[in-house]
Amino acid sequence: MLNTYVVYVENKPGVLTRVASLFRRRAFNIDSLTVGRTEKPEVSRMTITVEADHDQARRIEANLYKLVNVLLVENITKQPAIIRDLAMIKVAATHEARSHVLELASVFRARVVDVAPDSLTIEITGAEDKIDGLLEVLRPYGVLEMVRTGIVAMRRGKSSATASNAATDEDVAAEDVSHSV
Amino acid sequence: MKDKTNMTGASILWECLEREGVKTVFGYPGGAILPAYDALKGSKIHHILVRHEQGATHMADGYARASGQVGVAVATSGPGATNMVTGIATAMLDSSPIVCITGQVGSKLIGSDAFQETDITGVTLPITKHNYLVTHASEVARTIREAFYVARSGRPGPVLVDITKDAQQTTCEFDWEAAKPQLPGYRPDLSPAPKEYEQALELIHNSKRPVILAGHGIIISGAMNEVREFAERAGIPVALTLLGIGAFPASHPLNLGMMGMHGEAWVNHTIQEADLLLAFGMRFDDRVTGNLKTYASNAKKIHIEIDPAEINKNVKVDVPLVGDLREVLHELLPKVETIDRSEWLDSIDKLKGDAAVRDIQNLPDSGHLYAAHVINDLWRETRDRETVVVTDVGQHQMWEAQYYKHEKARSLITSGGLGTMGFALPAAIGVKVARPEAEVWVVVGDGGFQMTLCELATIVQEKLKVNIAIINNGFLGMVRQWQEFFYERNYAATPLLNPDFAKLGEAYGIRSMTVTERSQVVPSVQAAREHDGPVLINFRVEQEDTVYPMVAAGASLHEMIRRPSKIVETAEDE
Repeated sequence: MLNTYVVYVENKPGVLTRVASLFRRRAFNIDSLTVGRTEKPEVSRMTITVEADHDQARRIEANLYKLVNVLLVENITKQPAIIRDLAMIKVAATHEARSHVLELASVFRARVVDVAPDSLTIEITGAEDKIDGLLEVLRPYGVLEMVRTGIVAMRRGKSSATASNAATDEDVAAEDVSHSV
Repeated sequence: MKDKTNMTGASILWECLEREGVKTVFGYPGGAILPAYDALKGSKIHHILVRHEQGATHMADGYARASGQVGVAVATSGPGATNMVTGIATAMLDSSPIVCITGQVGSKLIGSDAFQETDITGVTLPITKHNYLVTHASEVARTIREAFYVARSGRPGPVLVDITKDAQQTTCEFDWEAAKPQLPGYRPDLSPAPKEYEQALELIHNSKRPVILAGHGIIISGAMNEVREFAERAGIPVALTLLGIGAFPASHPLNLGMMGMHGEAWVNHTIQEADLLLAFGMRFDDRVTGNLKTYASNAKKIHIEIDPAEINKNVKVDVPLVGDLREVLHELLPKVETIDRSEWLDSIDKLKGDAAVRDIQNLPDSGHLYAAHVINDLWRETRDRETVVVTDVGQHQMWEAQYYKHEKARSLITSGGLGTMGFALPAAIGVKVARPEAEVWVVVGDGGFQMTLCELATIVQEKLKVNIAIINNGFLGMVRQWQEFFYERNYAATPLLNPDFAKLGEAYGIRSMTVTERSQVVPSVQAAREHDGPVLINFRVEQEDTVYPMVAAGASLHEMIRRPSKIVETAEDE
């Protein structure tokens, strides 16, 4: 199954390579990986999705913890979470197709961000299946170009062990580690 | 002290190494590390000049394995650094704490393909526990402190610190106290939950046929006494991995011997028949499990291991106890009940069967010199002393493991996980430096010896009393054995045309001899011991001897190729 991890890492050069190299070395194929800043400047946050069974998923978590720069790992696959992907889709839209494409975009609550004589570029944010859905209905018109960010994810409700804790409160983090086994 | 004074990065480096307790480093100078070498003269640290940077890493590794302290290797950028790769990978797979310090081109030149520039932190990323690129003198102190801490704590391993030339040359304020490690994500001290202890105890108390699988983790954790007390109290026999040899005394009645591909048949049968495996600081390597589908299929498994990533990696376990082995055993010991398991122990005795009769050691002297004879005689001659045997990789390594009876931890130093040929000779230098009072014997094949024999010069230059026993069969013996069994005796690229090793030794100024008969083995070992400098003995052994028993790669652990009884009869006829 597809597992989703939220990984807090030290914001230092080369950490992304260390994480990516780990997946390569242990022969796990990353489905998507995003990395960006957090509310704390010294902490970066990754969202990684990877195909793995139950045991593999736990080993990935344990291996991530072995990286010295990794602060906290959460497998949120089975947690209630907000998951968002962003896509920009350039669709061939000549005069007669244009209104159809605009209509479809509005049904999916997508935005048109660029208009050219023979194409429209649509931006859509949402869960992956929603984007897949829009893509499916646009395909007959001719998808000229498409880019997706890969998902970012956040657990719903109060965060239990956040990055700020991870960086400062060693006890909380250590407990999490032993549960990961 | 020199606290809060202005120092160059290079001086800070040596100062920090001294404060970390380093007495000796193994290294090789070059352009990008020259500022550090220039600052060496102000340091109390003894620098041993190696002949190849690979040797420096194996020496640091041997030093670490023999002493439990962090070993240090130094090299320059580019080729100096890449020559360390094999030694770093060796230390990584065997969890050996070493710190490798490399020079790097100036920080402004990084990325320009400058002379002798290599992205060594990139190269060593997957084979180090952690690594660092230091571009400012102000980062040197903290990085060195972190490197030592990471190398020796938790599951130990190699750490590489790459320091640019300008970071060595420029000055900054040195403040040891302020340079405390800052590793918010690094948590080496894990311990199991109370519930897991209870589950483990229940399995132990309900087990009728338990076996302890004793690994390298026992030695690293220093849990030899605890394991012994545990085994004795619970009446559980102990099987050893290659790197676990020495963790439990060979002469102990509960010691079964080595398990795995070249383990004794009864040990492997015992594991296959067990109803409970207690894995102590071992990682179920493919060389000890054989086919995982049929491995100890009736046994529950308890895995005491410091590295959470090892749990359920190869073998699914019932109860994992993640933590330092010694601490975990301290927790378990008071609660372990004494159970009479004599029935199980008796049945293991029966499994031994005719193995002793087939043992080459019991054959009469037919004029042939077998490696087993050499190793067994070496053991008899050196058993009463503090002896450390350092082996290379291949047939001689397995014979050493079978025929040299190790009583103490850190008395066998060998490359297990990576199986690095060329390891023994340099590693033995590190061993002798770490423990000068110990008698050090290198047991090495003619193939592996020639991979790193340049370090003979290091032995002589440093006046080290290292004894070298070359088990010379004129073949890459273990590969030849595989060709014999699995490639229809097609001995492709395994016969070796060797130089006269005794003459070679003499050329280096090492007292050397050649032994071709069994009766000469003991006198040659005695002569080596009496000589107060290094000695090399070239043992010309049987060319096509085979390590038995053998579990073929991928075969089940109980499916062993045994020494044919025919050979025993033939030899007796002679």
